[in-house]
Amino acid sequence: MTNPSQTTRRLRRSRWIALIAAAALVVAACGDGDSDEDAEPAATEAATAADDAPADDGGCAAGETDGDLAFYNWADYMDEELLLAFEEETGISVDYSVYESNEQMLTQVESGAAIYDLVVPSDYMVALMISEDLLRPLDFDALPNVVNIDDAWDNPPFDPEHRFHVAYQWGTTGIGMTYDVLDALGGESSWAVIFDPDTAALVPGSISLLDDAPEAVSAALKYLGYSITETIESGDEEAIREAGALLKATNERLLKYDSVTFGDDLVNGEVDVAHGWSGGFAQAFFETDAYETHVYTIPVEGGVRWVDTMAIPHNADNPCSAHAMINFLLDAENGAALTNYTYYGSPNEAATPFILDEILEDPGIYPPPDVYERLELIPQMGDLGLIVQDMLTEAKS
Amino acid sequence: MSDLGTAGTKRSARHLLKANAWFVFAFLYVPIVVLVIFSFNDSERVNVWQGLSARWYGEALGNTQIVSALRVSLIVAISSTVVSTVLGTAVALALDRYRFKGRRALDGTVYLPIVIPDITMAVMLLVFFAEAFKLIDTFGPRLTLGVTTVALSHIAFNISFVAVVVRARLDQFDRTLEEAARDLYATPWRTFRRVTLPLIAPGIAAGALLALTLSLDDVVISAFTAGPGATTLPVYVFSSIRQGVTPELNAISTLMLTASITLVVASLALQRPRSTTP
Repeated sequence: MTNPSQTTRRLRRSRWIALIAAAALVVAACGDGDSDEDAEPAATEAATAADDAPADDGGCAAGETDGDLAFYNWADYMDEELLLAFEEETGISVDYSVYESNEQMLTQVESGAAIYDLVVPSDYMVALMISEDLLRPLDFDALPNVVNIDDAWDNPPFDPEHRFHVAYQWGTTGIGMTYDVLDALGGESSWAVIFDPDTAALVPGSISLLDDAPEAVSAALKYLGYSITETIESGDEEAIREAGALLKATNERLLKYDSVTFGDDLVNGEVDVAHGWSGGFAQAFFETDAYETHVYTIPVEGGVRWVDTMAIPHNADNPCSAHAMINFLLDAENGAALTNYTYYGSPNEAATPFILDEILEDPGIYPPPDVYERLELIPQMGDLGLIVQDMLTEAKS
Repeated sequence: MSDLGTAGTKRSARHLLKANAWFVFAFLYVPIVVLVIFSFNDSERVNVWQGLSARWYGEALGNTQIVSALRVSLIVAISSTVVSTVLGTAVALALDRYRFKGRRALDGTVYLPIVIPDITMAVMLLVFFAEAFKLIDTFGPRLTLGVTTVALSHIAFNISFVAVVVRARLDQFDRTLEEAARDLYATPWRTFRRVTLPLIAPGIAAGALLALTLSLDDVVISAFTAGPGATTLPVYVFSSIRQGVTPELNAISTLMLTASITLVVASLALQRPRSTTP
């Protein structure tokens, strides 16, 4: 192996690799540049594509379909029975694929190479996709069931004219804890149980925080008394840095950052206080009968609410089928079936009578109005997003 | 005394190394054992033990999304393995046997997909497909990412792995055997069929198994290059953990693990030194 000619050959080879790797990087960089420059042509392309779409001249009729539906959704976020019922009703088939994050979906739609008819972006992602001309305005004439949606979801900040999305499911972010901890807090949940050293000392076991920068920073902002919306919309970097410093100071008290098993960890006793999403706790509590001992709370300072929506990408091949699916899911009974499967809140007011009582009566899923008022949507972060990400990275280090 | 001392050190060093080997082995495999045990958990939640049951295997195989993801994974794995094995072997032979223009460049580049991070390759492929589709669009047909693009991407990285493994085999190749065949008036094709191919077959098989395993395991590249209806099993598993983990995932992981381990063991067995082959 140490034979000199082999060594030189290997050296030469590694130089080649370095050279080619550099070239590859340059090509990749150019590719990125191209796609940036293409942003505008992409918009015009979207317009042309819309012109080409067969049914676009007169819009789609309610229930009209124009081909098999390519549906791109979060994993485990759809009752299969519903898909089968839709296929039976319309006679088209559904090509169902799943993604793991808003960003993964964005990359695919942005590339223009993957053609989906229906996607499920969260609130902030809708704003981002609108700003990049990636969504196609909805034809509300083809969505008669949209009247089923509660008025509270009209014209949200991420789509003020309400042209591009229909609400799919919603939930909140708060704190799950044992009743022992809640009692120690005097019956009122507060972010102090995580961020204030003296209050946190009351917790007998461990604490976990979501491994998600916008959520972690929002929690810290709420504890510090800031409004998430105002802080981000006014670009208040100082407040965000203050929240970051608080996260860093809290780091040593945490058992871990976790966005996946927080509900299970709480039920198992691995942690006594967990920052997490309503549906995650609800699923864990229901499935292990932990309602006697554990509770999901929205802190008195307020928490985060979010909504996932249905939207149609600009380059969709079968927009009418997508409209048909949206309208199908907006049906009262179908909307209820969806929530009965996901354990997340339904924006569908007409669906309420068909939703399981255990879900409707769970204040963690359907908070009472006074609690609901304390919830805020996290707005699109724009350039602040990077700083927010840095805050979590620094806090963890 | 000093002799005894070194012997003692040697012995304790040996024990330490042995202990270390076992420790490393446990470090690597205990989590896997836990995963497998919990796949037989009766509970709805992955880490709350409620008794022994194989129900999650039934549920996993009854879940049409999982079954369809499995089908996509197998189609992609098998087609990409077949194509990349043929192409990779051809590349290895060309690099080993012939001097041609650009051979050096090819020699360097063939390793590139092994060296560059998955995510870089994934983004490159996505950009490539996007640009290529745009070009094809102007001639008419509108293409979309799908099972075909995932398979093509897997071929793209698997060729390198196959080529590297086959080349390693070719390095040990005794060229005089081919010369002997030619001296006996065997045609080039016959020499290849009857002498070269049987001798490098273990390398080809090992490369093919490696390709199959890599294809079955890949997440990043598949996630980027998949389109409608092309969710592979690893991508499905990775996406599901967001919504909470059920023992269903343990069951699928165990099945995937069993398949992967079988393939790796088979590939190792085939790569055994030539003492096992004539």
